[in-house]
Amino acid sequence: MNSNNNSNNNSNNNLNNFFNDNEDIIFHLKNMDLNRVITLKEDYFSAWEKYAWAPQNVEEALENYQHVLKIIGDIAANTVAPYADEVDKEGATFYKNEINGDGEVAYAAATARAIKALKQAELMGFSIPQKYGGLNLPKIIYTMAIEIISRADASLMNIFGLQEIADTICKFGSNEQKERLLPRFTSGEVLGAMALTEPDAGSDLQAVSLKATQDSSGISIDSSNSSGSGQWRLNGVKRFITNGCAQISLVLARSEDGSSDGRGLSLFIYERTPEMKIRRIEHKLGIHGSPTCELQFNNAPAELLGKRRFGLLKYTLYLMNSARLGVAAQAVGISEAAYREALKYAHNRIQFKKPIKSLAPIAEMLLDMSVNIAGMRSLLYETARIVDIKEGLDDRLEHHPETKADVIEDLQKYNKFASLFTPLVKLATTEMGNKICYDAIQIHGGVGYTNEFAVERLYRDIRITNIYEGTSQLQVIAAIGGIIGGVLFERLNEYESKFIALESQTESEAGSEIGSEAFSAMAEMFETARSMRTSLELAVAHVKSYSESKNISKAFTSVNTAISELGINSNSNSNFSFLDYHSRRLCDMGVDILISYLLILDALKSKTKKKVAEVFINKALYKVRTNLEYIKL
Amino acid sequence: MCLKIIVTVKQVPDTHNITGDAMKADGTVNRALLPAIFNPEDLNALEEALKIKENIRVGTSASASITVVTMGPPKAVEVLKESLYRGVDDVVLVSDSKFAGADTLATSYVLSLAIKKLGHFDLIICGRQAIDGDTAQVGPQLAEKLNINQITNVEEILEITNGSAATTATTTATTTFKVKRATENGYEILKSKFPLLLTVTATANSPRPASAKKVMIYKNFSIKESELSYLSNAADTKEDKHNECKVWNVNDIGADINLCGVSGSPTKVKSIQNVVLTVSESKQIANTNENICELVRELTREHILS
Repeated sequence: MNSNNNSNNNSNNNLNNFFNDNEDIIFHLKNMDLNRVITLKEDYFSAWEKYAWAPQNVEEALENYQHVLKIIGDIAANTVAPYADEVDKEGATFYKNEINGDGEVAYAAATARAIKALKQAELMGFSIPQKYGGLNLPKIIYTMAIEIISRADASLMNIFGLQEIADTICKFGSNEQKERLLPRFTSGEVLGAMALTEPDAGSDLQAVSLKATQDSSGISIDSSNSSGSGQWRLNGVKRFITNGCAQISLVLARSEDGSSDGRGLSLFIYERTPEMKIRRIEHKLGIHGSPTCELQFNNAPAELLGKRRFGLLKYTLYLMNSARLGVAAQAVGISEAAYREALKYAHNRIQFKKPIKSLAPIAEMLLDMSVNIAGMRSLLYETARIVDIKEGLDDRLEHHPETKADVIEDLQKYNKFASLFTPLVKLATTEMGNKICYDAIQIHGGVGYTNEFAVERLYRDIRITNIYEGTSQLQVIAAIGGIIGGVLFERLNEYESKFIALESQTESEAGSEIGSEAFSAMAEMFETARSMRTSLELAVAHVKSYSESKNISKAFTSVNTAISELGINSNSNSNFSFLDYHSRRLCDMGVDILISYLLILDALKSKTKKKVAEVFINKALYKVRTNLEYIKL
Repeated sequence: MCLKIIVTVKQVPDTHNITGDAMKADGTVNRALLPAIFNPEDLNALEEALKIKENIRVGTSASASITVVTMGPPKAVEVLKESLYRGVDDVVLVSDSKFAGADTLATSYVLSLAIKKLGHFDLIICGRQAIDGDTAQVGPQLAEKLNINQITNVEEILEITNGSAATTATTTATTTFKVKRATENGYEILKSKFPLLLTVTATANSPRPASAKKVMIYKNFSIKESELSYLSNAADTKEDKHNECKVWNVNDIGADINLCGVSGSPTKVKSIQNVVLTVSESKQIANTNENICELVRELTREHILS
């Protein structure tokens, strides 16, 4: 890649394009069933006559998606990736405004250029409806776009990928707010930030203490009435705010005096004024291009979004679930970059008179990386599709209440699936991403530990993904209910029926890529996957029936006593439950099984995927069994 | 009222990505093998036009319009499409089999007629040169034919001053243009009145990417056989508006066929030499002052260093 030659980059030159060169993304785009997603997102193509860029039908929408991803792939490969190292070294910087001494943030030069290109490409209103000037693209395409951008420079995702702010305003704002604010987002005039975390409220957002008060005495008695007359004002400190220098933020604040939990919190739309000071930015291990700000609000004017008291429980939950999907995509993008770097290095590096990729331990690491990325991607896109259907049904119900009878059952179902899949995919992709970057350095050996190779940066960049937008440990808490409660098995049932339907369909199709011989191998894989499911069912049953009076778990008992005796926590009252102890393992089992099922379904459409599925499932089988054995110990 | 800008562009074979089979045995370019791309410096010309349009505004609406003109075969509609993707207002394809084989003289003749047909204009922006011919002649010839000022090798547009005020650009006659022009030894700053032709170099800017929204709108933009378009039952007005490319042939622009294409092109290829570049022997120079001085002397003798 010639970094000096960017002025000659040409959009019809496909040599460098992070979409065109990614067969797996193209495979999914081609093979995923997006009919329902598109029809719902386009509200049965009702915008077509009004807006020149709105699609007329599913085929045209799919064509549009390809075009958009090509533009992103071009920008990622030519305007972003060649400068990722430069951005990492320069970083976003904090400086004092010469006139008033206020803190300001400057993006790295290459970050600023990339943002400009993304704005010029009109990609900053990705999922906002056409009527506000947006592209109205579904989450699945947004997810792919974030992945492509993150592969080029993970830190740029934290700016490009903050479009959830506009989405949240679009979903919960008043018509007046939407008409006033959304066109400013879609045109790229403003960027967004979400100001949730505080020094003493990280994972525990219920502890948020930044105060929101209303100026005049016109505070409405009825707290659910959002039309209180006085100007809202914010006072307090927010910390770890990604892109906190953005013009418009959503700020979580305590609006109900005297309250102490999540029900006293509301979400506010805040536009930059001198009453908000940026105190400093963090010096972080990675994602240096993304400014992480500490903000001080001094009587800063703000407006309420939606209803009071719904800030955390409804709006922030929506916002964070969208952001979690984004972070999962970011992790897959970084993993893809790390894998490509490792593969390239293992190909070029000669030791013992041969390229090191021909050595068994290196080859296996590379294979695992490749297979795991494919698996993660299947889970990621499946989750995005589920979220799309859920959002689509939700919008349908809101805009066409008369369809309630047709919609409500599916909506409830997809709500459940989305609440399970979102934390699971974030857990899985970010943890796996860390492992992949770790191995990518291992393959590079000593030079991988130096900043001369990209893997060093990737290893630092990936490290935040399993921390922010909820740590892996919090994702487990969010997902475990769906595993214990059977939502996971409900979805697996659907995959099983789909497999059986496709099985009979494929058998009758002579021209299918998968021959009948190969199909019996697939049936075998399917049986293996089903046996993993049985293991998880046994594990869940065991955990559910466990009670200390009846069962005694050697492992659990020894852990509990050791925690106290080794001085980690001597307060015997705070013992955790058997379920708490095994939640992570149950989630890991769930992820392995889900990916196995999804890869089998992919394998019905491609021979390469069949290989991927085989390798993944064999390894997953033993992990699942080991987890079950430990739980039963 | 509105600054009228014309940008001339060309579709060229991608000579930056040449492979072994790029030349045919007779020494001509094997166009089928090379991808056809937007001539790089024409993208720079387009970008300058788009920047001007963004910066000159009356109130909230743009007060410049951009029309892109290209001469080429029907396939050249692709570069017009790319121009629409980036935000131009109108495009014209000047295409006729009689234009084939044109050298720079015949090309600038045809382009000048097409531009005259477009009517009033203030500014023409061309790329400095095309990567297939590398002549850098079409821009200057076009200015001569239209009898307007020209400034070549522009690296930066410094100022657009309006005779009256920027907000009431009712007349462009008093508007002047200040640019930085690259010369062999540095640069010079020049001022000119409209109408004016500029040729722009690659260092002027970084061309913007295509706009996703505009790609969605114009993705089916193509040439329609005019006869067929009369026959088609135009139910989709939206489709037609964004799909149909204006094509002007030799009659549309009132060209003299003797001045077009091969017959209008005095340039004749006398002979073609095939140059095969091979890696020559390498020479080891020991790292001593004596050897290095000898190398410098040798390079000076060969006029590689002066």
